[in-house]
Amino acid sequence: MIPAATALYLRELRLALRHPADALAAVLFFVIVCALFPFGVGPSPDALARLAPGALVTAALLAALLPLDRLLAADAEDGSLDLLLASGLPPAGIAAAKAAAHWTLTGIPLLAATPVAAALLALPPTALPTALLALALVSGTLSLLGTLGACLTLGARRGALLLPLLVLPLAVPVVIFAAGAIEAAAAGTEARPFLLLLGAFLAACLPLAPLASGAALGE
Amino acid sequence: MLAAHDLAVRRGGRTVLAGLSLTAAPGDAVLLLGRNGAGKSTLLRALAGLLRPAAGRVLWEGEDVADDPAAHGARTRLLGHLDAVKPSLTPREDLLFWSGLRGGSPGAALDALGLAPLADLPCRTLSAGQRRRLAIARLTLGGAPLWLLDEPSLGLDAASVSRLGALLAAHRAAGGIVLAATHLPLPLPGAREHRL
Repeated sequence: MIPAATALYLRELRLALRHPADALAAVLFFVIVCALFPFGVGPSPDALARLAPGALVTAALLAALLPLDRLLAADAEDGSLDLLLASGLPPAGIAAAKAAAHWTLTGIPLLAATPVAAALLALPPTALPTALLALALVSGTLSLLGTLGACLTLGARRGALLLPLLVLPLAVPVVIFAAGAIEAAAAGTEARPFLLLLGAFLAACLPLAPLASGAALGE
Repeated sequence: MLAAHDLAVRRGGRTVLAGLSLTAAPGDAVLLLGRNGAGKSTLLRALAGLLRPAAGRVLWEGEDVADDPAAHGARTRLLGHLDAVKPSLTPREDLLFWSGLRGGSPGAALDALGLAPLADLPCRTLSAGQRRRLAIARLTLGGAPLWLLDEPSLGLDAASVSRLGALLAAHRAAGGIVLAATHLPLPLPGAREHRL
């Protein structure tokens, strides 16, 4: 199962590299949303820095949702998903490979763009390492939950609309803890408890989300 | 030996197949015939393990295939009515991926369907018949005994149909089983007909 899931993961990366615009679109969306806040709130660094942790996490979550509706739908439409399921690869392995590919293609580029987005939001530079760590954990969790959402809404009419409605409520805890961690780091207090909670959330999703996704795919 | 016992499949609350029984021994070919909507594709998907039967069982050598989906997947090759071709990959890359999952040699598969001259072109430049040939080439990877084919000759030219005939004959000579749903004449001499 592991070699087959790895092969599927590598194929996802290869396909994405042939169409880099899809991955770039999510990153540009993230940066543009962060760039809009100074226009809405006003350029005062104090007001912006107050908003920055929550805005950063929310914008990253929304950006990471963008590629999810094509994550499985493309394979379902061209018949690849049937072949993968019929080849005896466990559905949970397919879901795990898809989630890993989503994190590599969306999570990592979002992290790379985070310093720019943080600067646009006037986040204190001392909080940047914590912000990166928190967003790494958040995006990993969202890749797993998002793959579950994509599996559940596969074949549903207006699945692309249904998906955020399913996934975002599940992401509420990670938004709270991630914004808490960044806020604590910006205020110079201890961010570790928040990061540990985020890590615990990711650790719980890591086995559970692919299993649930697999059950949804197998139906 | 593949056997289906009293199989029933429901799709979206509607019974598509009911009370279907068939068997196929090594070397057998079964043509599934029937009007549009008779359930030919549904039967193939159920035999491939993609649909759970509402009643009845699918057996391989006397054992229920649902007990070990990984083993059933390894012995089954499905050719659906969609070709599962990615426009940005080349035929060679496509077959390399599937041979990683199933074993076998991409080069031999390309040659068997006369795809070698097209091996390094992106699939978006291939015609419908050439894509179908790539989908058929995947069947040969890894030497699985059970081939489930949905309209395999759709869009193929005469030369490709005769290549398909040679593949099917070699597969049956090696003890393989072919089940094919079709409306077109297929190069399957001595095939049994099963009307749905």
